[in-house]
Amino acid sequence: MEPIKVGATSRIVLPRHVKLKHDTVRDRWILLAPERVLNPDETSLEIVRMLDGVCSVGDIVGTLAVKYNAPSEVILVDVIGMLQDLCDKGFLVSAETVATHAGRTS
Amino acid sequence: MNEITKHAPAPAPTSSAACSVPLAAPIAVLAELTHRCPLQCPYCSNPLMLEKANVELKTEDWQRVFTEAAALGVLQVHFSGGEPTLRTDLAALVKHANGLGLYTNLITSGVLLDAKKLAALVDAGLDHVQLSFQDSEAENANRIGHYKGGHEKKVAVAALIRAAGLPLTMNAVVHRQNLDHLAEIIALADKIDASRLEVAHVQYYGWALKNRAALMPTRAQLDRATAMVDAARIRLKGRLVIDYVVPDYYAKRPKKCMDGWGRHFFNVSPAGKVLPCHAAESIDGLKFDSVRERSVEWIWANSEAFNRFRGTDWMPEPCRSCDRRELDFGGCRCQAFALTGSAGNTDPACELSSNHQAMFEAALADAASGEPNYVYRRIGGA
Repeated sequence: MEPIKVGATSRIVLPRHVKLKHDTVRDRWILLAPERVLNPDETSLEIVRMLDGVCSVGDIVGTLAVKYNAPSEVILVDVIGMLQDLCDKGFLVSAETVATHAGRTS
Repeated sequence: MNEITKHAPAPAPTSSAACSVPLAAPIAVLAELTHRCPLQCPYCSNPLMLEKANVELKTEDWQRVFTEAAALGVLQVHFSGGEPTLRTDLAALVKHANGLGLYTNLITSGVLLDAKKLAALVDAGLDHVQLSFQDSEAENANRIGHYKGGHEKKVAVAALIRAAGLPLTMNAVVHRQNLDHLAEIIALADKIDASRLEVAHVQYYGWALKNRAALMPTRAQLDRATAMVDAARIRLKGRLVIDYVVPDYYAKRPKKCMDGWGRHFFNVSPAGKVLPCHAAESIDGLKFDSVRERSVEWIWANSEAFNRFRGTDWMPEPCRSCDRRELDFGGCRCQAFALTGSAGNTDPACELSSNHQAMFEAALADAASGEPNYVYRRIGGA
């Protein structure tokens, strides 16, 4: 696994072993990985759902900037920070490096 | 993001009265499909009294357990043993669990796996493999596992696992007789393309307690290992995630064992006994219920073994009035039993325990013993 430096042109996806899933018993969305369960907040969840392996980080930021009528420079910093953290923890990977089932949900 | 398990647990209940806190649903189940295993590691987490093949649950029993567990709120199933790949129905069980939306993890020694078996598991929807290594080099690794050629097979199987597209965690249980190879163990994890490495110091109950003199690291070894893990985490950031389980004989505060007794986790033994932790049978006098007689839901809510140490009401002083009582839940019940004779005592890993000094001195004495020989884990070996 090669380290990822997230930038505006990066395309980031969920790797095969991380699953975005609705936890019906607790009525919440979760990210499942080996021995870990993440409970994303609303913003993180929205971003993770946009990771389709096609859109770049910049594309996602553009969409969010329009939707929330906010400056994209500010959003970009926050989105990169959040994605970099999840990449470093192994929850997300670069779309180029790994065969994935991007956006696999259940 | 809020990491719910393992490293940053969910906020603890604010009330200290266990009965007034609604019972949370479990998150993970460790399914010990069998106690049979080709390896004989002297720190095995299985009980000294191993269950034999003729009492193991059948395929349909396990499938019912997973169905009931998922309905109750379980999110992850860890298929373990013994060696779970000895079960010929493993792929069928993975498929069933996967169909329920459960995250499926195989915890294996790997020595019985081949490309065909892996392909069947991938088809069944297996999400992840955790492969154990006993050391970084074959001779000592095979002596620890008491299995000729095991290490070489594991290295080959790791490549098959990655070739099958499965993500890999390398699990390395560390102790005095392999801890000086930690740098090489970390390098091996990177070489076999593991995305995660568990460096787990031996926890001393059951077989490991029996082998404590042969396994206990020195304080200097522990300090070197901890520094090495800290440095490797920085060096390999984004490349290899390292989880580190510390040995608490040298600790000041106890570990938050099982994330709190009966809080997020249960273990099902090969014969169907439901345990709050895999070592719980080492505690005398606890009564366990079986999935042969009761539903998982009933057992989680009502089993005497779960309710005995759930929450904080059971605690003696100094735990009862301690402001850390909902941070560590009093530590490990099995360790309290093993070292003080009562599972209801404060874990002696805590420096506030009157037994703490004796535990620390036992560690020093065992570490200095130089005992090289293991009591191997096998039926009748205890």
